[in-house]
Amino acid sequence: MQRSPKRLLTLMYSRDQSTSRTAAWLYALPNFFFRYGIVAGFVLLCLYFGTFTEEHRFVTRDNFINVANQIAINMILASGMTFVIIAAGIDLSVGAVLALCGVVGSMAMVELGRTGLSGELTAALGMAAGIGLGAVCGLFSGSLVAVPRLPAFIATLGMMMMARGLAFVVCGGRPVSPLPQAFTAIGQSPHRLVPIPVYIMTAVVFLAHLVLRHHTFGRYVYAVGGNEEAARLSGLPVRRIVISVYALSGALSGLGGMILASKLGSADPKSGLMYELDAIAAVVLGGTSLMGGRGTVLGTLIGALIIGVLNNGLSLMKVDQYWQYVLKGLVIIGAVLLDRLKRE
Amino acid sequence: MSPHATTTEAVAPALEVRGVSKFFPGVQALRNVDFTLRAGEVHALVGENGAGKSTFIKILPGALPKDAGIMRVFGQAYEPRSPWDALRAGISAIYQEFNLVPYLTVAENLFLGREPRRAGGLVDWRRLNAMARDVLMRLGMPLNPRAYVANLSVAGQQMVEIARALSVGARILLMDEPSAALTEHDLERLFEQVRRLRSQGVSVIYISHRLAEIFTIADRATVLRDGEVVGTRDVAGLQEMDLVRMMVGRQVETGSLAGGAPGQEPLLQVEGVSSGGMVHDCTFEVRAGEIAGIGGLVGSGRTELARAIFGAAPRTGRVVVAGKVLPPGSPRAAIRAGLGLLPEDRKLQGLLLRMLVRENITLANVGAVACYGFISARRERAAARPLIADLDIRPPETDRAVMYLSGGNQQKVVLARWLFTRSQVLILDEPTRGIDVGAKAEVHMLMRRLTDQGAALLVISSELPELLKVSDRILVMREGSIVGVLAREEATEEKVMALATGAVLP
Repeated sequence: MQRSPKRLLTLMYSRDQSTSRTAAWLYALPNFFFRYGIVAGFVLLCLYFGTFTEEHRFVTRDNFINVANQIAINMILASGMTFVIIAAGIDLSVGAVLALCGVVGSMAMVELGRTGLSGELTAALGMAAGIGLGAVCGLFSGSLVAVPRLPAFIATLGMMMMARGLAFVVCGGRPVSPLPQAFTAIGQSPHRLVPIPVYIMTAVVFLAHLVLRHHTFGRYVYAVGGNEEAARLSGLPVRRIVISVYALSGALSGLGGMILASKLGSADPKSGLMYELDAIAAVVLGGTSLMGGRGTVLGTLIGALIIGVLNNGLSLMKVDQYWQYVLKGLVIIGAVLLDRLKRE
Repeated sequence: MSPHATTTEAVAPALEVRGVSKFFPGVQALRNVDFTLRAGEVHALVGENGAGKSTFIKILPGALPKDAGIMRVFGQAYEPRSPWDALRAGISAIYQEFNLVPYLTVAENLFLGREPRRAGGLVDWRRLNAMARDVLMRLGMPLNPRAYVANLSVAGQQMVEIARALSVGARILLMDEPSAALTEHDLERLFEQVRRLRSQGVSVIYISHRLAEIFTIADRATVLRDGEVVGTRDVAGLQEMDLVRMMVGRQVETGSLAGGAPGQEPLLQVEGVSSGGMVHDCTFEVRAGEIAGIGGLVGSGRTELARAIFGAAPRTGRVVVAGKVLPPGSPRAAIRAGLGLLPEDRKLQGLLLRMLVRENITLANVGAVACYGFISARRERAAARPLIADLDIRPPETDRAVMYLSGGNQQKVVLARWLFTRSQVLILDEPTRGIDVGAKAEVHMLMRRLTDQGAALLVISSELPELLKVSDRILVMREGSIVGVLAREEATEEKVMALATGAVLP
């Protein structure tokens, strides 16, 4: 059986059967991208890894679940980032806020555990603390963007540094453990087919999509990002909306931090490095405009999947870790470049 | 030189324009314009908003191509393809927006791109500053070459612009509303400057809305109207009203859209409103069923007044809508009280271009088609459809992105937003700018229909015929203040123009 992707492509996409196979392939690839954009890229990527990984290990049920589990945290951060970017902002603090919230939430659990509270209640309170703290961080940077109108880049850059520093300060630089078993069970569930973080991610994506596309809040976010002056002159509470998107992004970072701590069994102030860049990459790959006013959560999901599949597939093909970075960078630039060409 | 040239006409004029025309889609901006600028004269160019002045002064320095006609500079054929060609021919334009780099010094700005260099390509700072001092001294400008442009007053920056133009060898200077941003004192210095230039043989085209200035500084004046030259006159011996009559001149449109008698109840009360130096102590009211027009020249503070009333710009003073006092600075509160604003620039301030017609219509009142915050697309379409039909928005589709609609239809979408929000008082800032004649008439009819249903309208328009046609009462603004109120029966174009320009009525 012939599995060459070249062959598949020529069969599926060349319009002119008379051209040579190579020429048709060259013609079909960009054309395919143009018409179906990022989804097509994703499908191509899966086809490629499906074909070229050893024993087609990429296309197994366990590997798909594995990819989903690996992208869960990035996708949760990227959901919040989608709101922020559609509102014409940016949030560089998500990785650091994730670390801070993981550490603080975990410390709360350690303290509560000493009082003899049940494991479940301890886990619930600790998670609430982490998520709440994330929301507070977002409120802070969001207020700086909305009221004195600091550039989002600066406000969240400052927040990033403060959160990273505080994460080290509160725990003295040492990872926080042990965490209650009821909590670590969320991230470590060996006898479950689908890990709980995947369910959480699914719920977050579903809710984010619902709010963005069908709720007045989502409508306002598009309006503020698309034309802030028009939004203001239409009576929208622009400041409140801007602050809210950063608070949401912060809360989701907190959630991400708790999931990460649960997976690892401890909270590390060094965690979450560069997570903001992965989240931004997913949002941008998903077709959301950095200028604001345009984009979808489902697009971001595709973007996160592409990054996840690249990580997974390249590792399965035993591509050197450092080259993986180079390739990921190329893919992001290429995808956005094609998207721009398509619009023009 | 032509052998027939004799005595006084022996010197070629600085600039000769013959038969220049310019078309834009849907408008003829300039029609067969003839214009002569004598060497060493100050020649004023006047006309109403939209008379073609802006187009003309963009064509001269090559910022816009002309469609027909010829130009000669000191007898030489002149065909500018870019501002660079204009500079080489000795023509320099100074627009209202200065082209200066704020965080460079006066000297650096004067010689930007042609700094004196030392061996190795380094800038020779000492020579640069010395050269700048020379230029400034020759022009009698009391400026420090080492001062940062950002720290200069508007008048100072204007001097830098003038000095730069002359230092590159300009012999013809175009000044577009040079007095617009100047104080009384600076204005005197500007006049001195212009007189000094004239005595040095520089020819100046001076554009201003303020007639008094023209009588102070200009030798001759050319009046443009609807893209055509009405005439050129020597300023000496001319009356202000002669100029006003030339500017307005057209036959007054007979159409008038008088409504029934307005109600007694004032829906909008504006008391002592001032805003940011652009609006001073404005007081008036608009009653239910009434259309009040605001006339005045561009820059007279009309838009600023509208934005201050609506809360989009800071203000002092009291605004009352249907009995409710509005807090300043809150469009949200204004909208809740029943006020709506159709902004001057619908694309920048009114519309979400990428979003759908229905989304734009419901924007100010989305709650009405939502349940627990969740928007029902079905209810939203149902709400938008009657408005689309009523205002005849074409194509009549609820789910089309607004960016694909024509200007007139876009304007109707913004209007539909306020109809959907059931605003009782509407402020319409240039409601028909850039839309075609048919759509314009429709918008006018619609305005009257709204007042017949009990709304109060405040309409800003730069087009006098429109203002006279729709307004029951016209408030005329000049330099931020309301300088006169004309009832429909007594309002004429001449009277509005006279008030707006500050001309003395005979």
